[in-house]
Amino acid sequence: MAKFKGAIVVDNEKCKGCGLCVVACPTKVIELNPNVNGKGYHYAWMKNPDDCIGCASCGLVCPDSVISVYKMSVQS
Amino acid sequence: MSHIQDITKPEHLVYRKTPLLTDNIMHYCPGCTHGVVHKLVGEVIEELNIQDQAIGVSPVGCSVLAYNYLDIDWAQAAHGRAPAVATGISRLHPEKYVFTYQGDGDLASIGCAEIMHACSRGENIVVIFINNAIYGMTGGQMAPTTLLGQVTATTPYGRDPKLNGFPMKITELLAQLDGTCYVTRQSADTPGAVRKAKNAIKKAFQNTRLRKGTSFVEIVGTCNSGWKMTPVDANTWMRENMFPKYPLGDIKDI
Repeated sequence: MAKFKGAIVVDNEKCKGCGLCVVACPTKVIELNPNVNGKGYHYAWMKNPDDCIGCASCGLVCPDSVISVYKMSVQS
Repeated sequence: MSHIQDITKPEHLVYRKTPLLTDNIMHYCPGCTHGVVHKLVGEVIEELNIQDQAIGVSPVGCSVLAYNYLDIDWAQAAHGRAPAVATGISRLHPEKYVFTYQGDGDLASIGCAEIMHACSRGENIVVIFINNAIYGMTGGQMAPTTLLGQVTATTPYGRDPKLNGFPMKITELLAQLDGTCYVTRQSADTPGAVRKAKNAIKKAFQNTRLRKGTSFVEIVGTCNSGWKMTPVDANTWMRENMFPKYPLGDIKDI
């Protein structure tokens, strides 16, 4: 059965750390990074990258459009 | 086991920032609904391929600087007068897609007369109305759409109907006017709601192409700075308190 693997790329310097992507993620992949960016915001990052399914929910709710979503099918 | 570098290749890209949005960093507070709606307007204009035919009219309020973020033609109107300016533009350029982007302080308060008469005349424009129940830019004062009991800078003990009147359901009012062809209320708090809001905005722009009349899209949004909440708490508060008063869905679609 084909399975999907996803990944996100966050523009760290533009992320404002609002956390809306964290609650939007259905597989609890995203968390706010303990480190801060140049403006002092805790930016979003993939804490559990293996669970990402590339659904793009995070990208849809991101107010600053800093998330790009990638998705590829893999054979299990 | 695939590595992240294998996945993040251009051919696997499924979602990215629309090129209609400029590279400027938005001045909005973290978690502001304006950012989501700007993105949706940009995506709709990109999908309809009308970048050189869309003209926006920005209001006074937080979104006054919308022209910095969306790479289309813009005009900026006096407080509340965006529908009047849009009327002029759409009558001079009937082939263009003219839309206004207004907040609740701008549209429902000082611009109440302009939006009523623009909708009554059935001007061929799209109105995008962001309702966050507060004046966000000026520091969180009471707006006409503020809920009963809601604490704002000018109603520190909560909105009292005897003193401050009742919240105004402007979208329902406008739906009664014959000039409007599409009146809907959406939100942008969850991925599903964002998709629905995008479809509503797209339909509104398509109505302009069909010259059906005024399309009015209200987006119930948050102002987490004005409400003094985190962005996530503000979304929860909005679902619990604003949705009962401002129910989502199409109110008119002809």
